[in-house]
Amino acid sequence: MKVLVLMSGGVDSSVAAARLQSQGHDVTGVTLRLWGGETDSGCCSVADVEDARRVAAQLGVPHYVFNLSDDFGAAVVEPYVAAYATARTPNPCVECNRSIKFGRALDRALTLGFDGVATGHHARVERDPPGIYRLRRGADAAKDQSYVLYMLGQRELARTLLPVGDLTKSEVRSIASDLGLRTAAKPESMDVCFIARGQRTRFLAARTPARPGPVVDVGGTVLGSHEGVQGFTIGQRRGLGVATGTARYVVDLDASSATVTIGPYAALLADDITVRDLRFVHEAPGSRPLAVQTRAHGTPLAGRLEDTCVRLAEPAPRVAPGQVVALYDGDRLVGGGLAA
Amino acid sequence: MTHATCFAAGKGSYTRAVPAYLDHAASTPMRPEAIAAMEPFLAGCFANPSGIHAAARAAKTALEEAREAVAAVLGAQPGEVVFTAGGTEADNLAVEGAARAARAAGRGDGVVTTAFEHKGVLAAADRLATDGFTVRRVGVDPGGIVDLDALARALDADTVVVSVMLVNNEVGTVQPLDEVGALVHAGAPHAVLHTDAVQAVPWLDVAQAAAAADLIAISAHKFGGPKGSGALVARDGVGLVPLLEGGGQERGLRAGTVNVAGVAALAAALQATVETRDADRVRIAALRDRLLGGIVDTVPDTFVNGDPGRKIAGNCHVGFRGVEAEALLVALDQADVYAAAGSSCSSGATEPSHVLAAMGLSRDDALASVRVSLGFASSDADVDRALAVLPDAVAQLRARMGALT
Repeated sequence: MKVLVLMSGGVDSSVAAARLQSQGHDVTGVTLRLWGGETDSGCCSVADVEDARRVAAQLGVPHYVFNLSDDFGAAVVEPYVAAYATARTPNPCVECNRSIKFGRALDRALTLGFDGVATGHHARVERDPPGIYRLRRGADAAKDQSYVLYMLGQRELARTLLPVGDLTKSEVRSIASDLGLRTAAKPESMDVCFIARGQRTRFLAARTPARPGPVVDVGGTVLGSHEGVQGFTIGQRRGLGVATGTARYVVDLDASSATVTIGPYAALLADDITVRDLRFVHEAPGSRPLAVQTRAHGTPLAGRLEDTCVRLAEPAPRVAPGQVVALYDGDRLVGGGLAA
Repeated sequence: MTHATCFAAGKGSYTRAVPAYLDHAASTPMRPEAIAAMEPFLAGCFANPSGIHAAARAAKTALEEAREAVAAVLGAQPGEVVFTAGGTEADNLAVEGAARAARAAGRGDGVVTTAFEHKGVLAAADRLATDGFTVRRVGVDPGGIVDLDALARALDADTVVVSVMLVNNEVGTVQPLDEVGALVHAGAPHAVLHTDAVQAVPWLDVAQAAAAADLIAISAHKFGGPKGSGALVARDGVGLVPLLEGGGQERGLRAGTVNVAGVAALAAALQATVETRDADRVRIAALRDRLLGGIVDTVPDTFVNGDPGRKIAGNCHVGFRGVEAEALLVALDQADVYAAAGSSCSSGATEPSHVLAAMGLSRDDALASVRVSLGFASSDADVDRALAVLPDAVAQLRARMGALT
């Protein structure tokens, strides 16, 4: 295959490129320039581009930089800011995968005559005999990233290679080390790539007017005040600015009235999750039992899908609107959507 | 080292053919004369030209001979030539140095430049603006020529530096520097005129074309010399505050041990350029016209950027509607045709061009435009290859783009 490998400058995509090359694929590397803002701390800094470029040079494959910063701003950063302003909790990596990596970059690759793209995500693309593509969890359970790839359908999966999905992270590092790749020991980036560590509140404040409002209990009694709903997430326990003596959690956020409602753990529980923008890897799962994952590395919950509602077997803490709800059958991704 | 081996060594094992290098506005191959001029000062005559011993004197002699040669070509006195580490430094020294010296002398604090200068000028002007200078950027017309009426309006008795490039680095248009000079003389009596002539040397008699300028910046690697070597002509009497201070080299205007090898190569490349310039201009204009004609005749929905009647011979700047230049450059590279778009930032990503924006192009049109630039090393074979590759590449990109679901 003629493959465009999205090389972030990290160890996973470095090894992805190396493995594809050793398997005989025609490999070209590309690093996406996504953000030129003042908090250029993450996945697309000049140093990361340089790492990717040097790895590509070591492998003897061409390397390019695509400037997709306009698209990234429109499809990832602006919705991220808007989500917080309307009391939702966005997942920018998911939006980047949807719109940029498996959107714009995949389209660019196809436009240039590549058969598809490859990334360093820890998940496995497989093809069933009848020609149906499946997405399975990565072999390294602790590093599995199928959750942030829930939006990939047949069109994308047919054009996607995930060459490190069958490896553990330590195997990836050891391959990189054996090949002498400069990224072998590079630390993982855990932060949102366009925001400097610990600067989220400042980043949001600079882009959206904060609207102060009340902090109330579930009965409506005002307990205190806050500087803006964008500082809160459903389920949040710390930093509520209210002393109540017992543990309290954010159980509701209302952007229209700028109200933060807090309550005891019991008030946080729900036994269903309404999901919007549902997508399926192949087809809807019907009413069979599923594993429901609501956080990137959370323990899956038992449940079933009914129309656009996930019914959980046991009540669980509510999922913040905007977070991904991924549905699995065993270790196969069925699909998912965003909590409404 | 030939082109082919140079490119193969630089890029790895995947290079398949002798590439068509059509990016001379970005950099040119070294002329043999420049390489020959450099060699004695790399291996043998390595001494510091500021010393007193015989080896130093030999280096100093070479340095001053180079200065005389450069001065002769640029229509200056040897004492008016300051060697720098390239065009950006020369631009910075001219704009910042002259503005700061003028303000210190109490002549004013106005700086006037154009919206489509090289970043070496624009960034210097920005730094002056943050330092309290009044900076005005004059617009350009859709053909890529400075708006002289707007320039006249921007000038006043407080203006101390005017900077207008001689040839634009993206669209190749030659600016009417004589008229600019007359306007400055009439409207800004205290101002000096700087011109970034970096792109002009291979095509114009700079001594004549920039006669109105008090400051002239050039860069060796744009005309067959090495990177990291440039010069600024600063006419006698033009005050400059240096950017670098230290040992007082270059009449105190540019401290640091002079790059003797680079200077010798700059002078040799400049002389070689001048010797073949008239013939090159005719030959390359014919190549460029064949290339451009071949493109616009065979590719639908194209547009040409920059007034064709006012361009240097090596410039071909074309837009392809519905095509992303960034993708087209990749397709061209994979077919061993080397071109450019916009300007490259440190990461290598293509940034939208401020030049095309200043000329009034829409963002889409700007992002659909590529620069194919020819130079003294360009041949019929380069144009043949480009014409064999480019129209097909555009057609394929358009077809595949249309087929996306």
